[in-house]
Amino acid sequence: MLKTRDDLINVRSVYGKSLGLQTKKILVCAGTGCVSSGALEIFDRLTEILKEKKVICSVTLEKEPHGTSVGMKKSGCHGFCEMGPLIRIEPQGWLYTRIQLADCEEIVERTIIAGEHMERLAYQKDGKVYKKQDDIPFYKKQTRTVLDHCGQIDATSINEYFAIGGYAALEKALFEMSPDDIVDEISESNLRGRGGGGFPTGRKWSQVKRQKEAKKYVVCNGDEGDPGAFMDRSIMEGDPHRMLEGMMIAGLACGASEGYIYVRAEYPMAVSRLKAAIEQATQYGLLGDNILGTGFSFRLHINRGAGAFVCGEGSALTASIEGKRGMPRVKPPRTVEQGLFDKPTVLNNVETYANVPLIITNGAAWYKQVGPENSPGTKAFALTGNIENTGLIEVPMGTALKEIIFDVGGGMRDGRKFKAVQIGGPSGGCLTKEHMDLPLDFDSLKKAGAMIGSGGLVVMDENTCMVEVARFFMNFTQNESCGKCVPCREGTKRMLAILERIVEGKGEEGDIDLLLELADTISSTALCGLGKSAAFPVVSTIKYFRDEYEAHIFEKRCPTGNCQKLKVIEIEAALCKGCSKCSRVCPVNAITGKVKEPFIIDQAKCIKCGACITACPFQAIMEK
Amino acid sequence: MNQTFDFTVVDGIIDGLGRKPSAIIAILQGIQEHYRYLPREVFPYLAGELGISEARIYSSATFYENFSLEPKGKFVIKVCDGTACHVRKSIPILERLRKDLGLSDKKATTEDLSFTVETVSCLGACGLAPVITVNDKVYPAMTPDKATELLKALKEEL
Repeated sequence: MLKTRDDLINVRSVYGKSLGLQTKKILVCAGTGCVSSGALEIFDRLTEILKEKKVICSVTLEKEPHGTSVGMKKSGCHGFCEMGPLIRIEPQGWLYTRIQLADCEEIVERTIIAGEHMERLAYQKDGKVYKKQDDIPFYKKQTRTVLDHCGQIDATSINEYFAIGGYAALEKALFEMSPDDIVDEISESNLRGRGGGGFPTGRKWSQVKRQKEAKKYVVCNGDEGDPGAFMDRSIMEGDPHRMLEGMMIAGLACGASEGYIYVRAEYPMAVSRLKAAIEQATQYGLLGDNILGTGFSFRLHINRGAGAFVCGEGSALTASIEGKRGMPRVKPPRTVEQGLFDKPTVLNNVETYANVPLIITNGAAWYKQVGPENSPGTKAFALTGNIENTGLIEVPMGTALKEIIFDVGGGMRDGRKFKAVQIGGPSGGCLTKEHMDLPLDFDSLKKAGAMIGSGGLVVMDENTCMVEVARFFMNFTQNESCGKCVPCREGTKRMLAILERIVEGKGEEGDIDLLLELADTISSTALCGLGKSAAFPVVSTIKYFRDEYEAHIFEKRCPTGNCQKLKVIEIEAALCKGCSKCSRVCPVNAITGKVKEPFIIDQAKCIKCGACITACPFQAIMEK
Repeated sequence: MNQTFDFTVVDGIIDGLGRKPSAIIAILQGIQEHYRYLPREVFPYLAGELGISEARIYSSATFYENFSLEPKGKFVIKVCDGTACHVRKSIPILERLRKDLGLSDKKATTEDLSFTVETVSCLGACGLAPVITVNDKVYPAMTPDKATELLKALKEEL
């Protein structure tokens, strides 16, 4: 139990020393990605072998270690999920990829005991072997500040967080700053909300601080619902204490003594790591009453979502914490005035809170060195889709799109051509070749008709049908519409119906105009952000890929050959041996012919199921 | 109404989470985790225990996608159809699972309550797309054939 400032300083130095005695370290990535590829089994196996070989190893950071040892750690997500399971070897900084259980013995013998590098486990690209993690192009172009602990420390241990200077920002805020100082520092840093809107965090905090109510709340939005985004998940799993520290500082600045973290149900590991982190912090007295003897009290609760995307919207989220249906309400009053339980509430997203300790420790001037003046700092993006290196990345705000896709992302998969990138999930828009030099920050994206959203970047290659992508997003938003306001409830349904018609080859003249008109109405009249942005993917795909819409509507043709219903399946007469296999598997009896003569498909009957293509032993049936 | 419904489990969950209306979602989650669905009997009981109307509980239970008023299978298979998985072809995996189990978008659970197949918008494991989960265990980089294999293995565990 830490009772004073000195206690905290002391515990930091005790564990700092202990960490220093771990002269070698094996950091096994224990993010959701690597765990699903078997990382925990690898961790156990490595520990077992170390013990068998009588190598002194420590799975936890001991208070009074007897001497040097090999530290075994479950780290947060390294971000390079594609190459998992990953392990990082310290002090060399080597990264081993795609580890198998069978590799463990060799790793211990050769790398840990003998200190040799194992080339076959290193990342290799274009004939070059990359020993060190930081030399790999995927990492080299990144600036990891918010995510810098992810992959570097044991994500499950508060002692390890102490050892690298954890809770120093809270300490500074408690003992050296007044609440006004904290708010001023955050305002001065120009930190903008990482949840998508980009609202200045300092302004939000000062608005809550101003409220006269005695009871206020701090809420963290961990309902990362955008399909294709997992930055917040990685922070919650990989560096939970930094986020908690950010929330405590927010509480201190705004005069709140209670906080809630709302995590989506699909992130069970994030929930368990946060729960453990809260328990550890409570045991040390960093959460609870009279923290470090300052009189400041703060408690944290976790609420799990129950599967509603709309709960990422502020007022829906607070309604859900209250146990109600997660439906947004009309604003004003705004969340800063009447949020959770109708009390003034600071509501920020996970990444925003994780930025706070950095700003408090290093100062606003330091923070503003990176990124453009009006949106400084870094931004984490989830890079996914048809790209070579998928994973979690962090780059300075304002990095050009092409640097992200080609330098960090390694370009397109299978040598295909880049077509578009969907940014900001179902509420965002798409960016195309012409935006390659566009700096990714709040304001320039807004100008380009897209938005940063939560930071999902789904890269699409030339084989992706943009009309189908728009239909996919509309289907998502339509499913997730809470049904409270008419424009969103009915409008998305009508838009989806039109899009479905188009991809089925039943599009009509005027459909594009109708879509744009509906989009305009929904955007201007819907109640919340979900509705207001629901039409963005449609509007932006029409803007940049109108020709694809027109091909579907007027020529009944999908230029990328993706839309099932628009395919034509034909038998190549020259290749057909007349074996009749195809006609026997056809579920609608569309194929007829005489045995040993070429068969024919009746296009009017064909449902394009493709069963005949699979059945044909001569590859004589093709999609066109 | 089933008169013999045993509320011990429900009582335990309420005691653990607090007898207050705001805990209703967490309580329903606890009940769902135990029974794999929300038995009808719990609604009037919870209403009495928490002092809120049955309608209010029902409104929350039907709003959120994770709650089911119908029993679910022993293995709940969720096919991720988030953007990243979708562009890396998740739908053929869903179709194969449904075909193998005789399910459809209307019928999500097998007659013998062994399997439930549903889609989920994003599991946040996009780096490994396409993914599916079985009772929260993530299976990365799936294909339709791997899905068939997985079903075989799961059937042996039944």
